[in-house]
Amino acid sequence: MELVNPGFGLVFWTAITFLILLFILRKFAWKPILGAVSDREEGIKDALASAEKARQEMENLTADNERILQEARAEREAMLKDARDMKNKMISDAKEEAQAQASKMIEQAQAAIESEKKAAMAELKSHVAGLSIDIAEKVVRDELSNKDKQLKLVEGMLGEATLN
Amino acid sequence: MFVNSFNVRTFAPNLKQGIFNPVRMRINTLKNIILSALFIAVFNVSFASDSKEGDGDEKFNPNEMIMHHVKDAHEFHIIDWNKKPISLPLPIILWTDNGLTTFMSSGFHHDDSGKEIVEKNGGKFVKFHEKIYQLNDGETVAVFNDKHELTNAVKPLDFSITRNVFMMWVSVIVLLFIFFSAARSYKKSKNNVPSGIGSFVEPLVVFVRDEIARPMIGEHKYKRYMPYLLTVFFFIWINNIFGLIPILNGANLSGNIAFTMVLALFTFIITTLSGNKNYWQHIFWMPGVPVPMKIFLMPIEIIGMFTKPISLMIRLFANITAGHIIILALMSLIFIFKSVAIAPVSVAFSLFITVIEIVVTAIQAYIFTILSALYFGMATEEAHH
Repeated sequence: MELVNPGFGLVFWTAITFLILLFILRKFAWKPILGAVSDREEGIKDALASAEKARQEMENLTADNERILQEARAEREAMLKDARDMKNKMISDAKEEAQAQASKMIEQAQAAIESEKKAAMAELKSHVAGLSIDIAEKVVRDELSNKDKQLKLVEGMLGEATLN
Repeated sequence: MFVNSFNVRTFAPNLKQGIFNPVRMRINTLKNIILSALFIAVFNVSFASDSKEGDGDEKFNPNEMIMHHVKDAHEFHIIDWNKKPISLPLPIILWTDNGLTTFMSSGFHHDDSGKEIVEKNGGKFVKFHEKIYQLNDGETVAVFNDKHELTNAVKPLDFSITRNVFMMWVSVIVLLFIFFSAARSYKKSKNNVPSGIGSFVEPLVVFVRDEIARPMIGEHKYKRYMPYLLTVFFFIWINNIFGLIPILNGANLSGNIAFTMVLALFTFIITTLSGNKNYWQHIFWMPGVPVPMKIFLMPIEIIGMFTKPISLMIRLFANITAGHIIILALMSLIFIFKSVAIAPVSVAFSLFITVIEIVVTAIQAYIFTILSALYFGMATEEAHH
């Protein structure tokens, strides 16, 4: 029975010792230890949160980059298309112009040829006329010596002249 | 052991039983079998030895030996050398009619039968069964009746530094050393990372916080109770461990009902002081049940207020004391059978039980702490109807 009879002295000393131990440990052990642990946990939590934030930002950034790249690609595509159109247009324009130029030159050349031809013809005509007069002179001089021949000549010449 | 699994289930239905229960149940069954077998053996022999008293003091009495080891003592007995006890004398402090009386326990010259008389401060003192008695005025020898009771003496108030008080102070010094070094190691490091003892202690502290205080009391209020829970946990654990160290002669502090009573009393006081309106309402006028039921439940709840700390007190005391008794009884078998042949069996079994006891040191500290936390949680729980 004595085993379950609490001894007064031990009760007294246990109470005092426990209270002192509780007080000292609370002040010098539990406070710093728990404080340090919770500080560290806060730190870890903060670090994790900021890492998560950084990851989010990174993701945003990559998305942005992707978008910008896409845009740039589209722009390049458009520019290339424009350039190609421009080139085609220039080529066709140049072609047309060249065509026009060529046809104009041909026309001019033709006109020149025509006028040259006309001039040549006129010169030829005058030359032929001069030559004819010369010949005629010589013929006439020769013919006029003979009366009959004179008349016949005049008649013939007149008839010919109307042809021209 | 049966006490604790029973109580855990009754008072803490929301405890995570899965962790410990299967293991503990198995240990319990084993322990119970061994315990009952041994008790039959021990008591049979002790009855036999009682009947043959007077054969001489050579007769081995396991009952007396075990009780001597389990109970408190006024000197720190280390070993018997050449039939002479070698022991550390401890101060005896008494409050008598003549005021405070102090002397060393060596004054009794290891006598525990009331024969040696120490005269001090006008009083005559004898030690009988580890209790100090003051002989009545004019008496010169202690007189016993048939029941081995002192008839001519009174018991003064005994504040002696007994074996248990001494070991308690040793444990306090060890605790202070451990936790001061731990706290210092945090201060030394720049980023609050502990080193040395600190890194050993931190998981335990965090365990008490995250597995005991937080789930039992709740996120918002647990901080107030942390110092108490931590102190109780480590104080009980280290004294449980000290009780198992043979050279300290099994100073059975945490298996002493005075020690467990004080701790249970603190839990009771804190629970009662931190009880909120909801807590008292649940005791005196249970919400949500019909009026006759309210009246019926009131006395039960009032009794429950007291049975909770009492169960704490008995559980720790009984578990630790039972462990000591088993180990000592196993060792006694050698002397009971007076044969060396039994020694390997005794040693093997007591080694086995000692290993279990090492687990029990932590489990009992854990259970005391978690139940205290549970009671605080009940006292501070807000109404949620």
